[in-house]
Amino acid sequence: MIVDNIHIVYKIYGAGVGKGSATSALSRIISRRTSPALTEVHAVKGISFTAYKGEAIGLIGSNGSGKSTTLSAVAGLLPVESGAIYTDGQPSLLGVNAAMMNDLTGERNVVLGCLAMGMSKAEVRERYQGIVDFSGIQERGDFVSLPMRTYSSGMAARLRFSIAAAKTHDVLLIDEALATGDTAFQKRSEDRIRELRKDAGTVFLVSHNNKSIRDTCDRTIWLEAGVIRADGPTEDVVAEYEDYMKSR
Amino acid sequence: MSTVFEQRVTGFAGTDPDEGLSPAELAAKHGLSISGKRPSLPKYTRQLWSRRQFITSFATARLIAMYTAAKLGQVWQVMTPLLNAGVYYLVFGLLLGQSRGIPDFIAYLCCGVFVFQFTQSAILSGTRAITDNLGLIRALHFPRACLPIAFTVIQLQQLIFSMGVLGVIMLVSGQPLTMHWLLIIPILVLQSVFNTGLALIMARIGAKTTDMAQLMPFVIRTWMYLSGVFWAVSTFTAKAPHWAAVMLNLNPALIFNDLMRYALMTTVPESILPAHVWLITAGWALLFGLGGYVFFWLSEEEYGRG
Repeated sequence: MIVDNIHIVYKIYGAGVGKGSATSALSRIISRRTSPALTEVHAVKGISFTAYKGEAIGLIGSNGSGKSTTLSAVAGLLPVESGAIYTDGQPSLLGVNAAMMNDLTGERNVVLGCLAMGMSKAEVRERYQGIVDFSGIQERGDFVSLPMRTYSSGMAARLRFSIAAAKTHDVLLIDEALATGDTAFQKRSEDRIRELRKDAGTVFLVSHNNKSIRDTCDRTIWLEAGVIRADGPTEDVVAEYEDYMKSR
Repeated sequence: MSTVFEQRVTGFAGTDPDEGLSPAELAAKHGLSISGKRPSLPKYTRQLWSRRQFITSFATARLIAMYTAAKLGQVWQVMTPLLNAGVYYLVFGLLLGQSRGIPDFIAYLCCGVFVFQFTQSAILSGTRAITDNLGLIRALHFPRACLPIAFTVIQLQQLIFSMGVLGVIMLVSGQPLTMHWLLIIPILVLQSVFNTGLALIMARIGAKTTDMAQLMPFVIRTWMYLSGVFWAVSTFTAKAPHWAAVMLNLNPALIFNDLMRYALMTTVPESILPAHVWLITAGWALLFGLGGYVFFWLSEEEYGRG
């Protein structure tokens, strides 16, 4: 996977000054001017790196440094302003707030999620129990037959990760999706990430938990204010990042 | 710059066998493609076909979930069309007493209402198919056309309940059960293809312009009044200029309504149908079905972007 000098700019409507009234909106539409309330945020400023198969790469940096934005762009969910991202296969993004079908039961979510990823019904039947066991949501009663909106954020995140991890991905992007799980689940998911890497997948992990980055990733990229500040072996980068955070 | 960064420059780049190639050349050498790029139309169709079980399971799950919050649950599947028919009976049958010389007016009206409702709800749910499911779109990767198609399947499943109710209304109002009723099947197949196409078109428009969700109910209501749901369109095409009459008679929603009435009611003569009606209907279905599919596919990579 190659990320070539990407820039990402968010265009935000309705922020900043300017009248938000209906008449001014109408006159803008007629005159085809861009909104005066349009604010641009240059979130990622020229990032380049190359990731290889079987690598697990940690992304660290303070809040708002462009980690999640970079992953969204890699997954193809955000357009890049300039530059290009090349991947082998379709990257899958696991975000912390990526809801699935909240009004459906956990069981339905597992089945539909697997079917959506392209499994056949027979395959889903075969894997179903494994997914539910892995998520561990059955530990406190029969939660899998309840609608997903009734789940705690940790349970929902666990089920989502379990569904997505049931398939072998070419590129898996994990955006703090593991942070809400408990220690036992984090341990299981770190094992699963290692397995995914063995199947020649590339895994990206965004986390503020330096321990889980150290445990799972052998390479780490440190982003600060939209540029790469360091890129190298996890031990060195995380140590330097920790020093930097302490000094602030 | 940090010492770590310098290490990378000497340590990683030095051992790279592809050194000297630009990233784009490197990507081409290793067969990488641009992330989130739209697949070709045949490949997209194959992907969509492999998700057919997802589409049907999604539709069924949604249909079941639709009424889980209501105490009566699935009874609403039948209650909704019945109440609909009841309201129209109250307004047009009792209050206005307006049949405009149409025999079996209530059956005529219900047939129009139910058939048009299929198109109407396919459009409305199509408009929201992408925007209401951003979570799913962002979490998993699948051909996005699954969603508008699944929502049309949901509407078709609901129509089948409505058709059951309609059959009872027909028999109660004295219409005989004839072989013509078998025409329901080709009519529904064609209308489903037509509606799927419309839902796909609206899904793309609705994903880009969220204002459409506000505007569509008005567009649809206008279309409904032009489609002979409440009265026979022939009452005003007779007075209209020739070109306008031809245009009105080609209206696909009107044709589906009239075809269904022709199939179910012996009091509706074949003469209300335009010449070559099946050819015209198939033409509409193919035009919108294929056109809508291609139109939706053209912006496949952009759905789910915020």
